[in-house]
Amino acid sequence: MAERSANTLRIREFPIDENPKHTYLNHEKGILSWLFTLDHKRIGLLYLGSITFFFFVGGVLALLLRTELLTPAQSIIDADTYNQIFTLHGAIMIFLFIIPSIPAALGNFFLPMMIGAKDVAFPRLNLASWWIYIFGALFALFSIVNGAVDTGWTFYTPYSVQTGTAVVSMTLAVFILGFSSILTGINFIVTLHKLRSPGLSWSKMPLFLWSLYATAVIQILATPVLAITVLLLAMERILGIGIFDPAMGGDPVLYQHFFWFYSHPAVYIMIVPAFGIISELISTFSRKTIFGYWAIALSSLAIAFIGFLVWGHHMFVSGQSELSSVVFSFLTFFVGVPTGIKIFNWVATMYRGSIDLKTPMLYALAFLFLFTIGGLTGIMIGALSINVHLHDTYYIVAHFHYVMMGGTVIALLGGIHYWWPKMTGRMYNEMWGRITCGIIFVSFNMTFLPQFIMGSQGMPRRYFNYVDQFQGLHQFSTIGSYLLGLGFVIMAVYLAWSLFKGPRATSNPWKARSLDWMTSSPPTHHNFEYTPVILHGPYDHHKPMKEFRMGVAESEEERESAKQKPLKS
Amino acid sequence: MGNQSAAAGRKSHLQHHFVNEDQQFESSKMGMWIFLVTEVLMFGGLFVAYIIYRAWHPDLFYMAAQELDVALGATNTVVLIASSLTIALAIRAVQLDKIKAAINYLSATLLLAGTFLVIKYFEYMDKFGKGIYPGQAYSYEGIHHEMAVNFFSIYYMMTGLHGIHVLVGMALIGWMIIKAKKGAVHSGYYTPVENTGLFWHLVDIIWIFLFPLLYLID
Amino acid sequence: MLPPQRSTVAGDVDSLFTFINVAGFILFAGIMITILIFVIKYRRKSEDDVTPVITHNSILEVTWTVIPIILILIVFSWGFRGFLTLSSPPPNAYEINVTAASWLWEFRYPGGGTTVNEVFVPVDRPVKFIMRSDDVLHSLYVPDFRIKMDVLPNRYTTTWFQATETGQSILYCTEYCGTAHSDMLATVHVLSQDEFEEWLETGLEIDEDMPLAELGEATYTSAGCNACHSLDGTSRIGPSFLNLFGSDRELQDGSVVVADEDYIRRSILDPQAEVTAGYPNNMPSYAGRLNERQIDGLIAFIKELQD
Repeated sequence: MAERSANTLRIREFPIDENPKHTYLNHEKGILSWLFTLDHKRIGLLYLGSITFFFFVGGVLALLLRTELLTPAQSIIDADTYNQIFTLHGAIMIFLFIIPSIPAALGNFFLPMMIGAKDVAFPRLNLASWWIYIFGALFALFSIVNGAVDTGWTFYTPYSVQTGTAVVSMTLAVFILGFSSILTGINFIVTLHKLRSPGLSWSKMPLFLWSLYATAVIQILATPVLAITVLLLAMERILGIGIFDPAMGGDPVLYQHFFWFYSHPAVYIMIVPAFGIISELISTFSRKTIFGYWAIALSSLAIAFIGFLVWGHHMFVSGQSELSSVVFSFLTFFVGVPTGIKIFNWVATMYRGSIDLKTPMLYALAFLFLFTIGGLTGIMIGALSINVHLHDTYYIVAHFHYVMMGGTVIALLGGIHYWWPKMTGRMYNEMWGRITCGIIFVSFNMTFLPQFIMGSQGMPRRYFNYVDQFQGLHQFSTIGSYLLGLGFVIMAVYLAWSLFKGPRATSNPWKARSLDWMTSSPPTHHNFEYTPVILHGPYDHHKPMKEFRMGVAESEEERESAKQKPLKS
Repeated sequence: MGNQSAAAGRKSHLQHHFVNEDQQFESSKMGMWIFLVTEVLMFGGLFVAYIIYRAWHPDLFYMAAQELDVALGATNTVVLIASSLTIALAIRAVQLDKIKAAINYLSATLLLAGTFLVIKYFEYMDKFGKGIYPGQAYSYEGIHHEMAVNFFSIYYMMTGLHGIHVLVGMALIGWMIIKAKKGAVHSGYYTPVENTGLFWHLVDIIWIFLFPLLYLID
Repeated sequence: MLPPQRSTVAGDVDSLFTFINVAGFILFAGIMITILIFVIKYRRKSEDDVTPVITHNSILEVTWTVIPIILILIVFSWGFRGFLTLSSPPPNAYEINVTAASWLWEFRYPGGGTTVNEVFVPVDRPVKFIMRSDDVLHSLYVPDFRIKMDVLPNRYTTTWFQATETGQSILYCTEYCGTAHSDMLATVHVLSQDEFEEWLETGLEIDEDMPLAELGEATYTSAGCNACHSLDGTSRIGPSFLNLFGSDRELQDGSVVVADEDYIRRSILDPQAEVTAGYPNNMPSYAGRLNERQIDGLIAFIKELQD
């Protein structure tokens, strides 16, 4: 093979260093070399650490809420504290955890590697975006100390204008975090356009990158609108400008339109990257070419586009015109189609594959189970007449947890397990990985399935007290949430263990075909010691591995000689 | 831009992860354009609020706009258009390695931007003197419309956010003057000047929309 | 899974709910069984397994695009039809004005008279709620009737229903509105036509013969005082009524007043003026909501609450 290509390009197969001495982890030493690194891999890990921390914080808050709900009346905390905790749980999980989770952590680490680049287009901007994120997070933490926020993460006016809590600093935190998200989006789009290796055409891009591309487009188009919305809200509180406050002649429904114009697409910022991870996992662990590459790639973009036209489905009973509701409902259903297509394509990929139920694949299957429920219940609440009954009940709570946690978080966990050997150079304990996946899957369903039932029966959300008939289901849900917490504790333990005691990982333990696996584990500072030349697609499992390790050497001498030849294959 | 790498011999600005300077230049420019898109969308939110409130209260917008000084607004429009011209000339000068001319053009742009802000300052002060504040502090009684404060809230939000952008633009232009004086930009590397120019054109264009929307309502 | 059907629209909403659940379950089970079969049948046999290259299949792909589109069009039109019914009150509907305030519901009847946190409606007759809020957003939700509508401070919103059986149903606030959001409940009493007519004659009249303290006790629940003020000494959103009368109240500005008849009366009619330290300043005014005899009754009731 190498011989055939040699006619047009001086490439050769590069053996991978299976026991690398120099990696990005020991390239530089000291805490400052991490905090001010320009290396996209280290920035990815900084993000991974940060989101893990905030997931922990948000999770503890969730367990507090569930504990309070063990009894219909007050159990451990008072109503105001409860309201602050559910607000913080939502705000932290959404703005500090789930939005940056997959793109900023795994995306940062693997996007350049998957296209054979040494870094993202703007490494300094990349570092800045992490620091802006930390700065925004500090604002959020400051709000918690300074009186907390009790508005719900949606900050609906006029309540958010009247409440005595720290709404201004929390909205500024959201404003700042938005910029972090925008900078990551800009970086990804430019990187994918300009820094792909020779031969890496759009049709050879891993689907994870297509999903990140679609995500970045949404981040860029939607986040600025959120920025101006929260800025107006802050001004409403500081100056009383009267845009959203009915007491000053403003309109609270207008606020909801502004808010959901961002926050609905934001839902796709959260879920679309998860689709990308699932495509990688299913193809790799079925060791089979992905079915419907373009259908999956383009449906991500379709979802991103249609996602901008459906925000009003959060507002069917808000007092917006009936006509708007009808149009928004109609468009909403058309997000369902590309999403369904993805699921069918993933299942079809498994057909006649060679399926290996390693931990990441178990997470992918758990994703298919949970996300399909999340999607189908989405169809339910998209139907106008049923939405009137289910809006603002536990049905909604269950639906978005099935999508966001059963979808995004499960995919993130799958992704972390999948890339763990690449990121750390160590293997985790496979048995504990599988057991934990099972615990999380079962306890997740225990926690949130009862909430579908409660919602159908009319249990409103954001309720500190509830009528006695719901107590049994609430208690069942709470027990499920404790088990869920336990699952994450076990995971933290065995992953931490693997960092120190885990066996060394080979460069490609799963025999994947995408470029990120064609370098040592962990990768070197420059990702590759050669410029990869891409002849095959990322899912060409039918081709021998050595054909994927083609490259142009990076030594001065070889680079000079390579320049003599046209870079075409 | 194809021959950027021709200016060999000077200190290379090529970062390690780019293959060559063309790639680097194109990346920077693309990044800047995308950033401008986000800026347009951010102002877009305010424009939407403007459109909605104007559709609800057309009479209010007519009455309130009479309070604004068209002459000052028009002067500012001319000032900003002139500054767009000078910064375009500055970019051209850098591309031709006429660094001294470039510094002069950049300084002229800075001066025009300053003029804009001074005029804006007098406009604001005039309004404040009458009691026209954004929000609850509003105490002017010359407009007989219960929603009068809402027009001025939108006015202050739009012109205020624009004013902040003018300040950011001035800082960037000042930085470019320093870079030019140090010889850090030249025909082989003019990316930062070009991007500053793009940003400044955006600031200009937004004002060109704001002026008729706020001042010329009939 | 759904609450009892007690309105004319409930049947249609529930049929659609069942349709989506059944269709969704068939789809879901189909996908899961397929996955299960694949996982078992195509599990990895050796490290050298060779898999075929299957990149697409047009017939299959068109099928799984078209069938969902047909399904969602059915669901959309069905939901649309139900929504039209829900948002078009019949012209002959009995109209009740609803005011939501943090945290109570007030209902005004066309013939005069109001009730708080309880609403009485006739069976088999369309009833329309014309709603507005005194402060923040609220949302009126009666699960048994499958109706819900946000209540806004700056405009009227409406919803309607026609109850199909007599009895009581719970009414919730479902738009988060602060501290006592989850206690902002009301009861819908559906009465037969005759009972309703009778209730309109007598129920709205204050029973002049009832002893003041008993009237106060009745008002305590009917006016929604119980959402915030306990009778057993525990502090909720507002101070408990136990041992309240005659006690020294330390106000937020540091001054101290004695809780006598005048203070309690002022606190009912203008609650924002003198707020006891340590409690939020968010009680709605009851001026116009309670009559003089009810206020006297409440004072008498609170007087008796000493241990």
